[in-house]
Amino acid sequence: MVSSQGSRPRVGLFATCLVDLIRPSVGFAAAKLIEDAGCEVVVPEQTCCGQPAFNSGDRATARAIALEILDAFQGVDYVVAPSGSCAGMLKRHVPELFAGEPDLERRAQGLADKVHELVSFLTDVRGVTKVAARFDGAVTYHDSCSGLRELGVRDQPRKLLETVDGLTLTEMKDSDVCCGFGGTFAVKYGEISDAIVAKKAANVADAGAATLLAGDLGCLMNMAGKLQRQGKTVRVRHVAEVLAGMADGPAIGEPEGRS
Amino acid sequence: MTAHAPTSPAFKANAHRALNDPALQRALGNVETGFILKRRKAADKLPEFEALRDSARDIKNHTLAHLDLYLEAYERKVTESGGQVHFAPTAADAREIVAAICRRVGARTVVKGKTMVSEEIDLNAHLEAIGVTPVETDLGEYIIQLRNERPSHIVAPVIHLNRDQIETNFRAAHADLPQDRDLSAPEALLAEARAMLRARFLAADVGITGANFLVAETGTSIIVTNEGNGDLSQTLPRVHIVLASIEKLVPTLDDAAQMLRVLARSATGQEMSVYTTFSTGPRRPEDPDGPEEYHVVLLDNGRSAMLGGEFRDMLRCIRCAACMNHCPVYHAVGGHAYGWVYPGPMGSVLSPSLIGVDKAGHLPNASTFCGRCESVCPVRIPLPKLMRHWREREFERHLSPAPVRYGLGVWGFFATRPRLYRLATRTGMAALALLGRNKGRFRSLPFAKGWTATRDLAAPEGGTFQARWRAERAKR
Repeated sequence: MVSSQGSRPRVGLFATCLVDLIRPSVGFAAAKLIEDAGCEVVVPEQTCCGQPAFNSGDRATARAIALEILDAFQGVDYVVAPSGSCAGMLKRHVPELFAGEPDLERRAQGLADKVHELVSFLTDVRGVTKVAARFDGAVTYHDSCSGLRELGVRDQPRKLLETVDGLTLTEMKDSDVCCGFGGTFAVKYGEISDAIVAKKAANVADAGAATLLAGDLGCLMNMAGKLQRQGKTVRVRHVAEVLAGMADGPAIGEPEGRS
Repeated sequence: MTAHAPTSPAFKANAHRALNDPALQRALGNVETGFILKRRKAADKLPEFEALRDSARDIKNHTLAHLDLYLEAYERKVTESGGQVHFAPTAADAREIVAAICRRVGARTVVKGKTMVSEEIDLNAHLEAIGVTPVETDLGEYIIQLRNERPSHIVAPVIHLNRDQIETNFRAAHADLPQDRDLSAPEALLAEARAMLRARFLAADVGITGANFLVAETGTSIIVTNEGNGDLSQTLPRVHIVLASIEKLVPTLDDAAQMLRVLARSATGQEMSVYTTFSTGPRRPEDPDGPEEYHVVLLDNGRSAMLGGEFRDMLRCIRCAACMNHCPVYHAVGGHAYGWVYPGPMGSVLSPSLIGVDKAGHLPNASTFCGRCESVCPVRIPLPKLMRHWREREFERHLSPAPVRYGLGVWGFFATRPRLYRLATRTGMAALALLGRNKGRFRSLPFAKGWTATRDLAAPEGGTFQARWRAERAKR
């Protein structure tokens, strides 16, 4: 490893644009978990993984963003994102953007090889088997699509959640079915997106857990927004907040002082 | 039967109607529960299922790489067995070839097994226009014909209907049906259709079937059905016409057997469909039954153009419908909303190739890219990736809606300039955080109506992560 200080690997935290803009506390929770796993955390200047452009067919913009990321994350041992979707973009799709340009493709693949989704990084790369955290109550966990199907994140968060003191995990029906977010889809096809998240909200409510967790802020905001519009009392949080023992602030979409 | 023009350009309006149709929503519930569980069970029971999917993909890839050779070999074998192959470059050509055969043999009635290619070329309307009566013999297709509709699913044509709606159609069409006849079980409907169809089979001059596979090695066409109607459609009439698209080819019978192992499991969760029928040429002197004439109409309709491009993988499709069975968008709006013959993820890739992305442009966009379709595709078609390729074509051709392009442009400007982005987002998020501080969320935001019409939107905590991180680290 080129740039490790001693034996502590250097992790570039890719916070993701939603965490950066909407819910910085998830970034801090991710940083704590990575540090607790024996790594040094750096936060290079960053904007977004480029998915909104990539999935809208705008390859040129996606490519320009990817070039920024390649430069910004030079010299780290790992790139870790608290999102299966953004990690999937960097790991699976950014190299595609440079197909046929050998030098850039090699660099993009070099980056891709270092990219991990947060929770699977903790368990699969750092060998973390338990966390030192407490969370009283029942939670249910939604498998976000990209993490699940592009990166194989399924058992890892459940295993770590089981080690949180006071927490019980209650599975919902169809936890592996899309919540209807889909990035710009949620706005471009809002009516269909809403029909899909309504089914998800019903499954969440039926599970009877007081808290809903997932590993992607986009899905979480979608599900929280639907549950709250329906007047449901389920609290919604990023799984990193609970694993890091930093779930005492307001839940997603809740005001200060109502945690 | 009237001709069906694509309504894909009105996808959003179609979807709106579908979402507000309680009967449709009730019927769609069956897709989510039935198909998915059955496929899962069938796949779990077969340890080599994943390896079979690889093998199915490889067989199709190999065939597509040498499609010209296999088409020639297939044609030679069909000719040797006494049949005739007709190449149809376009839908109009295919319709005309079928019509010419019907005219020559003086056909008045045509019985049909289930064929999506017939839907693709709108054959029934064309037959009626020349005075030939088409009779659909698959129960689902029969109901569709009674209703003058399109199938809403490529395997289960009437998945959008509830049993009580079908009973109403039957009672209207079968006028001599006693009112007290119990039609509450699907089997009763099937028996009623069978009784009606039996006479039609015997009277028909021509039988038209589709093909699940065409075997180059032997000149054989293979269909699978669960009702046996395909057998009767091709053995009873004097003339049998196989209507199939060029990508149905597989090299050998062994290859076909491999493909059959993934087809029914992926489609209906059966190990095999109830009937698997092989037909090779017309009746030979020693055969107990079979047609006097055997024709194969091979439809191209844009497919050979796909062979050399980025949508080639789509030609592996074996029409099992697993992708739509697992699609949350299909579950929400059903097949008719897609507005043409092929719905769901496979249709969202194929339809723009066949009717043009100008008409079908919504379809590849109306996906969350959840990837569930690709995860169950028996021939491992990267459906989300191919949908994304269509989005790229639309973007390049400026077919994407102006607000989307404008929004992306503004966002892209900042996202590629990290320092400017930092300044802009810091100010923007601070303002939004202030606005949303009381409730922690917004019930309505002017620039996010697609979202806030039905969902609250979480307000930012305040301060970007990057700014807060640097401030905290500076203190250390």
